[in-house]
Amino acid sequence: MSDTKVLRESATFPADVLAEIHRAADQGIYDIRGFGTKRAVPSFDDLLFLGASMSRYPLEGYREKCATNVTLGTRFAKNPIELDIPITIAGMSFGALGANAKEALGRGATMAGTSTTTGDGGMTEEERQSSKTLIYQVLPSRYGLNPDDLRRADALEVVVGQGAKPGGGGMLLGQKITERVAEMRNLPVGIDQRSACRHPDWTGPDDLEIKIQELREITDWRIPIYIKVGATRVKYDVALAVKAGADVIVVDGMQGGTAATQDVFIEHVGIPSLPAVRLAVEALQELDMHRKVQLVISGGIRNGADAAKALALGADAVSIGSAAMVALGCNRDAFTEDYEKLGTLPGYCHHCHTGRCPVGVATQDPELEARLRPEQGANWLRNYLTTMVLEMQTLARACGKSHVLNLEPEDLVALTIEAAAMAKVPLVGTDWIPGND
Amino acid sequence: MKQFDLKVDTLRELNQYLHDSPDNEVHVINPEGRHCVAAGVNHDADVTIDGHVGYYCAGMNKHAHITVNGNAGPGVAENMMSGVVRVKGGASQYAGASGHGGTLIVEGDASSRCGISMKGIDIVVAGDVGHMSGFMAQEGHLVVCGDAGHHLGDSLYEAVIFVRGSVGELGADCVEKEMTEDHQAELARLLAAAGLDYPTDEFRRYGSARKLYHFDIDHADAY
Amino acid sequence: MSDRGPDSAGVAIYNEPEDPSILKLSLFAPSGYDWDALKAELGQALDAEIDYAVHATHALFTLPDTDFDLDEWLRKEHPELRVMSAGHAIEIYKEKGLPENFVRQFALQDFSGSHALGHTRMATESAVTTEHSHPFSTGMDLCLVHNGSLSNHNRLRSFLRKQGVDIQTDNDSEVAAGYLMWRLSEGDTLKEALENALQDLDGFYTLAVGTRDGFAVLRDPIACKPAVLAETDDWVAMASEFRAIAQLDGVENAHIWEPEPATVYVWGGQ
Repeated sequence: MSDTKVLRESATFPADVLAEIHRAADQGIYDIRGFGTKRAVPSFDDLLFLGASMSRYPLEGYREKCATNVTLGTRFAKNPIELDIPITIAGMSFGALGANAKEALGRGATMAGTSTTTGDGGMTEEERQSSKTLIYQVLPSRYGLNPDDLRRADALEVVVGQGAKPGGGGMLLGQKITERVAEMRNLPVGIDQRSACRHPDWTGPDDLEIKIQELREITDWRIPIYIKVGATRVKYDVALAVKAGADVIVVDGMQGGTAATQDVFIEHVGIPSLPAVRLAVEALQELDMHRKVQLVISGGIRNGADAAKALALGADAVSIGSAAMVALGCNRDAFTEDYEKLGTLPGYCHHCHTGRCPVGVATQDPELEARLRPEQGANWLRNYLTTMVLEMQTLARACGKSHVLNLEPEDLVALTIEAAAMAKVPLVGTDWIPGND
Repeated sequence: MKQFDLKVDTLRELNQYLHDSPDNEVHVINPEGRHCVAAGVNHDADVTIDGHVGYYCAGMNKHAHITVNGNAGPGVAENMMSGVVRVKGGASQYAGASGHGGTLIVEGDASSRCGISMKGIDIVVAGDVGHMSGFMAQEGHLVVCGDAGHHLGDSLYEAVIFVRGSVGELGADCVEKEMTEDHQAELARLLAAAGLDYPTDEFRRYGSARKLYHFDIDHADAY
Repeated sequence: MSDRGPDSAGVAIYNEPEDPSILKLSLFAPSGYDWDALKAELGQALDAEIDYAVHATHALFTLPDTDFDLDEWLRKEHPELRVMSAGHAIEIYKEKGLPENFVRQFALQDFSGSHALGHTRMATESAVTTEHSHPFSTGMDLCLVHNGSLSNHNRLRSFLRKQGVDIQTDNDSEVAAGYLMWRLSEGDTLKEALENALQDLDGFYTLAVGTRDGFAVLRDPIACKPAVLAETDDWVAMASEFRAIAQLDGVENAHIWEPEPATVYVWGGQ
């Protein structure tokens, strides 16, 4: 009887924590990786829609219209952004991703009637040509930033921070700084890029207001200016973004991905998208700016249900980054030997920082890049976005909405006390919203 | 030659004119510390501004020759691509920040973080520069005829810094380097472009020690 | 000024009265306050002649400087009032709203004095109220204005309250003001207090402190928040942006520079 071995893991020191301490003892530096938060945090999964009933009547699928279009940037710009769907592609750099991936994203998004965003490396020709609506990021590093690209962008996005690392700058390791990347970023080939975490020419919202003025002056007030923040002190940030003159605010929850940063940053800084969206909407409502300054939510948006719930809580649109990469093949079950060479397997890979992406998405290596054909990637993305939109419409019609933006918090209930408190919707089966006096 | 009086004309009118018109001579009076004056110019105009300007004067300048007969606020010629910007007075923080090309000349002192994140611009300061100048400077030249404040060239990449006066505590990975004949020639060219007449052998050269290019546990305290 | 901050504005004016024994108290109350009744009550408590002048939502009381514990009396008898400033020369007025409205509301053009500090606010982390506006009074004839964002003000606030400093809001700038008051009460000179501030305050700050016969300026060691100084034989001025100084008489000949990080600059006595 006592021959049976019982292996008992410590909850405080489980296998992955043990491995990490061994690695740290070996290397003397923090663990750097790609992807987003891996541990479970309260999310949109904890919310449910209240569908049609005796008191609320549904719309017929297909026949009865459920519109999905949204306009971003109505506050000051002459030419706001018109999107067919309320899902955009988030900023990801050329450098972090390869050229084929950027082209696939542009073409797929264009087919689906939405926008893509440049990243921390500047605008490539491929992405400007392939993407009908392109948002151009202005980041602390200013890599590749130039007025010609500013003038041919459809909107600008001043990046204060991102969900994966609010308070951290961009990171790209030497193995991904190829000649082309180095040239775009004015860096020596093959070095590890150190990036600034603050903008070089402004500090604080009082300065930012003037910086935004400058960007508007250079672009003759034509195009919208977004401000992107990682979700931390969301209420203050949204209020300050409004005061600084933003047309659109992008709030990126902690689940947001990255191609490379310290694991400790990804897992332990920032707040989830679920409370972030509610806090952002409250801040806008307090300033009477809801729907006047549009809100885009990102960070762990995976399907039409997440998107619909974010909209129900008051967002004007959602943005996807990691999910778009997955649509292009990230963690796809192919080339398994190459995953194994990285010490991982399909479904577990977060090795974007290595530049050895087995499916050709987050790499500069031409041999690996060839595994992602832009045309195929574009189709995958278009299909995925279409699926998300159909899912959103299914949910919205079931709630009796002829436009997805008419979804509201009262269409939702929460499965857990945490989610109820974070989203300020009642715990299912009760009238109780924790925190309401 | 077109004149704009910013007591009467708006900044928007001025900048729109500078963006649309191929006019090569524009004169601006009464800027009164306004921000974003002559930002985003995109042709080889000759713009003269009589008075003091605020933030981001000549921001992202391309091709134009812009002269400020007064002081400039933070971020003058930030992200400049080409052309020449000359400030007759002093420049505040972040002068020439992230500039890609062209030449910025400051005849007075430039303040802190002069040339921060520079990516190819040439900056010549006749007076002093403040602390953290050349911070994360990647490419280009920073010439300081006066003194440089603390932490010069902190986290420097491949930009080259010449200083004639004293230098405070050097920034991380910034070291004094040998002045070769090529460096002297480059410095002479930059001083001539600025209209300054100092002998090049009065300057010292500073550059990156390149110890932060790849993470090494032994240099961890430089981070 | 509205460009830098739309939320509130305030000013501390230093105007030395002819009689140096007169004390000035700037009080704020919600509108419609019965200042006459307060005058009568306070006059009785002090057993002295006092007077006041109304400026929008504030009233400037002039009274003899005695041992009477005004703070205690006001706290007990009139907790609804806020003391904006107390001192011989100083008068602080501050309100919510745009600077241009503030200037109009308080008819600032009618004031004069030896020196003044003005501030406009873009609220970063605490509420926009009159009490949250700058300048903050840190003691008799002292005031502070702040540009930036402190990162350790919460724990410091609890600590200062334990030392007996009265901090009324959750505003980080008020903590800086309270900190200075504490250091001064511990016997520091203004210069020493500001040097200690460099050790104990964390975050980004440009501070301007008003004193009875001068002012002081301090920037944190990173010094990203703007500051510019200008000095002639006749005057010295400090601002966040040069254009605030640009119209002063004689500015063409002024020595203009930006204060160094982590360096205390003081003009006048303590």
